[in-house]
Amino acid sequence: MKKPFRITATHTFWLKIVLHIAALSLLIVTFYQAFTDQLGADPVKELLHFTGIGAFNLLLMSLCISPLAKYFRQGQLVTLRRPIGLYAFVYAICHFSSYLLFELQFEWSLLFSELVKRPYISVGFGALLILSVLTATSTKSIQRRMGRTWQKTHNWVYVASLLVTLHYIWSVKSELIQPLIYALVVLALLIIRKTKFIKPFKTAFKKRTKTEQSKKKLA
Amino acid sequence: MLIRTPKSSEIKESQITDEHIYQNRRKLLKSMGFLGASALLASPHAQAIDWFGNSDTKTFKTTPLTFSQSKHFQSDDELTPEQKIISHNNFYEFGTGKSDPVAMSQSFKVDPWSLTIDGLVEKPVTLGYDDLYKTVDLEERIYRLRCVEAWSMVVPWIGYSLASLLKKAKPLSSAKYVVFDTLYDPDQMPGQRNRFSGGGIQYPYVEGLRIDEAMHPLTLMSVGLYGKTLPPQNGAPIRLVVPWKYGFKSIKSVVRIRLTDKMPSTTWNQLAASEYGFYANVNPKVDHPRWTQASERRITSGGLFTRNRIDTQMFNGYPEVASMYEGMDLKKYF
Repeated sequence: MKKPFRITATHTFWLKIVLHIAALSLLIVTFYQAFTDQLGADPVKELLHFTGIGAFNLLLMSLCISPLAKYFRQGQLVTLRRPIGLYAFVYAICHFSSYLLFELQFEWSLLFSELVKRPYISVGFGALLILSVLTATSTKSIQRRMGRTWQKTHNWVYVASLLVTLHYIWSVKSELIQPLIYALVVLALLIIRKTKFIKPFKTAFKKRTKTEQSKKKLA
Repeated sequence: MLIRTPKSSEIKESQITDEHIYQNRRKLLKSMGFLGASALLASPHAQAIDWFGNSDTKTFKTTPLTFSQSKHFQSDDELTPEQKIISHNNFYEFGTGKSDPVAMSQSFKVDPWSLTIDGLVEKPVTLGYDDLYKTVDLEERIYRLRCVEAWSMVVPWIGYSLASLLKKAKPLSSAKYVVFDTLYDPDQMPGQRNRFSGGGIQYPYVEGLRIDEAMHPLTLMSVGLYGKTLPPQNGAPIRLVVPWKYGFKSIKSVVRIRLTDKMPSTTWNQLAASEYGFYANVNPKVDHPRWTQASERRITSGGLFTRNRIDTQMFNGYPEVASMYEGMDLKKYF
């Protein structure tokens, strides 16, 4: 009998190399083009779109990993999740700093008023904060030290994905088709995990009924 | 993204691309080492797409115009380079991205053309393609163009005042508003084929002005820029330019100008009345609900480090129009 195909550490090693080259080279080339005024008529806008959509794509890719690993029974795939997630953060921070450096051009007062007044910017910033926390707690040693709280903290990625979706939908003028496709993908990725969201409620319910039963017994 | 199969007769990109860019793309591909990167991260900017795919397009042919320099309408502002004016456009009939219009419109047919002026006029007029350049003497005017998206350009337009054109049709005194229609031709304008590729707009695109705004000497009908006829992405063969209003008022590729006694329902106003008013006068004190209008980024030459954020001026720096709005609450009638 033929042995089923297994993704090994060697495979994921090479996949990571490809990921590093692709994510970094695209970022460097795009910034280079923008600095040298080769990125269309308005390099700032192009850069904002590129880094924003890039961050969203990477975030969605990172959310695809565990369903894929489960479905195809390829546990090794999960090792790709962290670098992809980290690149999502790198692109997001490039997105935000491009906005501050090149769109607002360091008008700090404008940054604060826009952050407060414009809901699409507030939710985008909220997502960035979540990704920062997830990045800061991404190393193995911190993961070990945090124990169970680590998973709880990292479940915030689902909130971030919803905020990013909202940020995208709110930012366009009328061309909603692409943001809506992204919204559907996010929804699908969350629906796949529905048990994850229902479980906490169920266990809470079970606990309560158990304690009630034990109380009855005592009575 | 629209995928289009080019005809074999069309000129290849390699024959028309600027040599510098063409050389550079080889270098870039070499330095990147492989081609597959774009498949992993869908890159939204058209230039990169052009590098990885091979979108073969021919370029629309513009012709030089004969014109005089306007004495009144000059400017000290640095001009936006021609290449930027003709490659960064909002023209949803050809796609919603900024670089879609230039990519999708190069085969657009402007000759024959027909522009009708009718409605509340004594003598309706229809102009053919050649008439557009002959009916009134052409002059060059340098105007600032402020987009509602908070970027701006400085454009050397060629054309004539709308007033001089309207006078040919002898407007009746009952005419209170002027309505403009863009060409409706889904065969040539992919954005008009369905709601999604055209940004949800009800076509044809319609714009309107009050009669006093239309007759104001600043209001221009443009047939060219940078000394040549307009390319399609900028609204060939004839478009409106109202420099003290946000760019979406300056309707492109106009086929009909109708005088009426009722305020018309205009395209962006229909789509989102709370965001785009009928007047749409440039006003730094009235923000778009989702972004500030107090400042803008002026598109000139230079890359990311160009410090080009400037304060937006009331009426885009054309105070001579203010008298038309005296006594009006411009926060309410934005």
